[in-house]
Amino acid sequence: MSDYILEMKNITKTFPGVKALDNVNFKVKRGEIHCLVGENGSGKSTLMKVLSGVYPYGEYSGDIVFNGNIQRFSHISDSEKVGIVTIYQELALIPELTVYENIFLGHEIKKGKFIDWEETIVRAKEMLKKVKLNINPSIKIKDLGVGMQQLVEIAKALSKNVKLLILDEPTAALNEDDSENLLKLIKELKAQGVTCILISHKLKEVLEVADSITVLRDGKTICSLDREKDKITEGIIIKHMVGREIDDIYPKRNIKNFGDKVLEVKNLSAYDPNLNRQILKDVSFNVRKGEIVGIAGLMGSGRTELALSIFGNSKGYKVKGDIFVNGEKKRFLKPKDAIKAGVAYVTEDRKGNGLILIDDIKSNITLANLKSLCEKGFINQNEEIKVANEYKASLKIKAPSVEQKVGNLSGGNQQKVSLGKWLFARPYVLILDEPTRGIDVGAKYEIYTLMNELVKQGMSIVMISSELPEVLGMSDRVYVMSDGKIVGELPIEEATQEKIMELATN
Amino acid sequence: MDFIKEAKQLLRENIREYGMYIALAVIMIIFTIGSGGLFISSRNISNLINQTGYIAVLSVGMTLVIVIRHIDLSVGYVAGFLGALIAILLTKYGTPVPVAILVALILGLLIGLFNGYLIANVGIPAFVATLAGMLVFRGALLLATEGTGTIIIPNKSFNAIGNGYIPDIANIKGVHLLTLLIGACAIVFYIYSEYKTRKNKLKYNFEVISKPMFILKLVFISSIIGYVTWILSGYNGLSWTVVIVIIVVAVYHIITTKTSLGRHIYAVGGNPEAAKLSGIDVSKITLIVFGSMGLLAALSGILYTARLQSATTTAGTLFELDAIAAAYVGGVSAAGGVGKVTGSIVGALVMSSLINGMNLMGVGISYQYIIRGAVLAAAVIFDVKTRNKSK
Repeated sequence: MSDYILEMKNITKTFPGVKALDNVNFKVKRGEIHCLVGENGSGKSTLMKVLSGVYPYGEYSGDIVFNGNIQRFSHISDSEKVGIVTIYQELALIPELTVYENIFLGHEIKKGKFIDWEETIVRAKEMLKKVKLNINPSIKIKDLGVGMQQLVEIAKALSKNVKLLILDEPTAALNEDDSENLLKLIKELKAQGVTCILISHKLKEVLEVADSITVLRDGKTICSLDREKDKITEGIIIKHMVGREIDDIYPKRNIKNFGDKVLEVKNLSAYDPNLNRQILKDVSFNVRKGEIVGIAGLMGSGRTELALSIFGNSKGYKVKGDIFVNGEKKRFLKPKDAIKAGVAYVTEDRKGNGLILIDDIKSNITLANLKSLCEKGFINQNEEIKVANEYKASLKIKAPSVEQKVGNLSGGNQQKVSLGKWLFARPYVLILDEPTRGIDVGAKYEIYTLMNELVKQGMSIVMISSELPEVLGMSDRVYVMSDGKIVGELPIEEATQEKIMELATN
Repeated sequence: MDFIKEAKQLLRENIREYGMYIALAVIMIIFTIGSGGLFISSRNISNLINQTGYIAVLSVGMTLVIVIRHIDLSVGYVAGFLGALIAILLTKYGTPVPVAILVALILGLLIGLFNGYLIANVGIPAFVATLAGMLVFRGALLLATEGTGTIIIPNKSFNAIGNGYIPDIANIKGVHLLTLLIGACAIVFYIYSEYKTRKNKLKYNFEVISKPMFILKLVFISSIIGYVTWILSGYNGLSWTVVIVIIVVAVYHIITTKTSLGRHIYAVGGNPEAAKLSGIDVSKITLIVFGSMGLLAALSGILYTARLQSATTTAGTLFELDAIAAAYVGGVSAAGGVGKVTGSIVGALVMSSLINGMNLMGVGISYQYIIRGAVLAAAVIFDVKTRNKSK
C-alpha cells in the first residue's frame, strides 16, 4: 500500500460560467493532519464536495484514488461506506433528538427489523468517551452548546468507522477554550489512526496542528508544504493564499481626531422572557464621531444581545435604559426606528438573518433604504442598478453582475454585500457584529481598509469581535463584556490580549 | 447568426418564465385540434375566460400569501358566504347593488385582516388559523342559506358582473367595435411603454436586447393581444369579468414589481429575519397580504354569485385549492420569496383550459381529475428542475 490514503488527480469541476476547480492535485498521507487553506472562493469546499460525493462521478473530471482504488462516488453514502466522513460548518444535527439518536441517525443499530435502543445507548457512550465528552447521551442536542455539538458530530463520524475525517471550519463558531479542546481531540484521533483534512481560516490553528498544508487559489493547487521539509510561517501561507505579501494585516489609520459622542448608551438592561434570564445588566458605553470602538468578550457574554437591544429590539427583550444619538434621547421600538435615527447593525449571521439569499445583489443592497429610490411611490429600477453597481465597484464585490443571486457568492463577497446594504442606509453609527467571521485574509484586509475609510469620512463604528488580534488591531478604544456587563474600558494603548482575557474571564 | 444565438440565449435564461406560456399554447393547440376547432371559437374562449375569473382573482391574492410562506384555506367558503350575504341583501332587504358590493368587500377585508392578526400577532400557524376559518365560514354559508336553499338573484345589473359585456358603440357585421378599439389602445400603450423602458435603459448605458429581437418581441406580443381581442370581439366583446380581472392583475403587478411595498413582501418571503433587521415590519406585511386576500375572496364571491345569478349552499367549495394549484402551476415557490402575479393568472388559465377542453372532447370526469393532478405535478417538477439551473 502506498503512503497516501488519498490522491485526487487532475480534478476539474465547472459550474455554468465558472471553472471552480482547474486540474487540482491533492494528496493526503496516511495518518496525518492535512490542512487545506485558501481564500473564500478558492475551491476548498468544492474540492471536498467532489471527494465526498456531493458532486457525483461524472460531474467532474479526474480521478479520486482512495486506499489504492479508484473511487466513483455517486452519493455521500458511497463515500461514507469506504470511510470518508465530512463534518460541515453548519452542523447536521437534529436539535429535537437526543445525542444517541443523532449519533446513529442514518445507520441505526437494528435487532431484526427494529432499532435496538439499549445497544445504541451503550455504543453512543463509547463514542462519547472517545471524544472526551462526559454527558448523558439521552440529553437533547438543543440543550448543548455549540462546542459540545461539534464533539457529538465527531462522535457520529467515529461511529461510522471513519478513516478519513474532513472538518470544514470546525472552530469558526467556537470560543478559544472549545477550539483548543477540539484541536487536541483531532491530534488524539490522529494517534488512533484517523487521517484528517482540516479546512480553516485561522492560520494559528493550522500552524499548530498541520503535518502538511495544501494551498488553493482560484481553483488551482498553488503548493503543498510539509512540516518536516519546508519552513512554514503565517506569512508564507498568506503569501501563497493571496499571491502577494500583506505586510500588515491591520491597515493603519493616521488621522485620529474624534468628535462628539454620536451614540451613547446609559444603564441599559435587558431581560429575555423566552430564556427567563437577565441578559444585560446596566450597560453604559459611547462612541465618538470618527472612532472605532471594539467590544470584546467571550461567547455568551451578551455582546450580540447588546447590539440587538440597541437596534430596535427585534427579539422582544424587555429593555430598560437610555439611548442617545447625537445628544438626542431616542427610543427604538423596531429596527426601522433605529435605521431612521442613523444606526445600522451588520449581523454576525449574514446567511441566517442578514441577507436574502434567493434575491440578487441589487435588491439586497437597496433593501434597508428603498425609500430613497422611490419616485411618486414607484422604485426607479434603473437608478437601483446604478447604485448597486457603484457599491459593487467600491466594495470590490466579485460577481458577474448585480443581478447575481447572493446565495451563489462566497462568504467574503456576501459580507461585502451586507456592508453595502448598510452603507446605502447612510448611518452615523455602524455596529459590526463579527465583521470578518468565516472570511479569508484578503477579504478581511479589504474590509479593514473600508472601515478605516468610513471613519475617515466621519462615521463611527462599534465592532463586536471574538478575535482579539482584530480588536487590538482595529479599535481606538476597547470595552470588555462578561456576563451581560461591561467589565472594563481600555484605551488602545493600554489594551493587551492578556488584559482583555483577564477581564473577560473574571 | 447573432440573432439566433441571442434568441437561444434568451430562451435558456428565461425558460422558467416562458415555460408556462409555452405550456398554455400547447394545451390550447391540442384542444383546438381535438375538438375540431371548437375550442378556439370566439364563443368558447369568451366563456373560458369568464369561467376563470373568480379563480383568477383568488390566485392573485394566494400568490402573495404563498410568497410570504403562508397559506389561506378559508378563502373558498369566505367567497361563498359573502356571495350569499349579497344575495340576501339584494333580495330580502332591497339594498342597492353598489352598497351590497361595498359591504361584501369591506367584510372580506376585515376577515382577511383578522386572519392576518391571528397569524402575525398571535402567532398561530396560517394553516391552522385559516382551516378554522374554512370551517366557520362553511357553517356561516349553510346558516345563511338554511331557510331558503339556493337564493335566486333577479337583479340584472348585479348579474351583469358575471355575465354581461361592455356596451358597444357600433356593431359592424357582428364585430364588437369598442373591444377592438380597446385592444388597439392596449397595443399602442404596450409598444409605447416598452419603448420608453428601453430608452431609459439606454440612457443609463445598460445592456438591452438587440434591435431586431426587440422588434420581434413587440410584434409577437402585439399580435397575441390583437388576436385575443379579435376573437373576443367576434362574440359579444369584452365581458365585465375580464375587465375586472385585468384591473386586479394590473394593480397587483404594478404593486409587486414597482413599489417598495412589493419589494418588502418578497423580502419577508425570502428571509423574514433579514427583512425584520432591515427595518421591515413583518407583522404589518402579513396583515396587508392577508387583508388583500380577504378582499379578493370577497371579489371572487361577487364574480361567482353574479355568474350563477344565485347563491347556493355549496358555493366556494374547493376554490381555495384551485387557487393554490393555479399559483403553483404559475411558478410560485413554497419555500417563499418567489412567484409572480402574472404567472398565477397563466396558471389559472392553464387549469381552466384543461377543464374546458376536456369537457369539449367529452373526457370523463374521473380522467379529468387525474389529468389535472398530473399537470399540476408536472408543472411543479418542471419548475424545480429549471430553478436549480438558473443563475
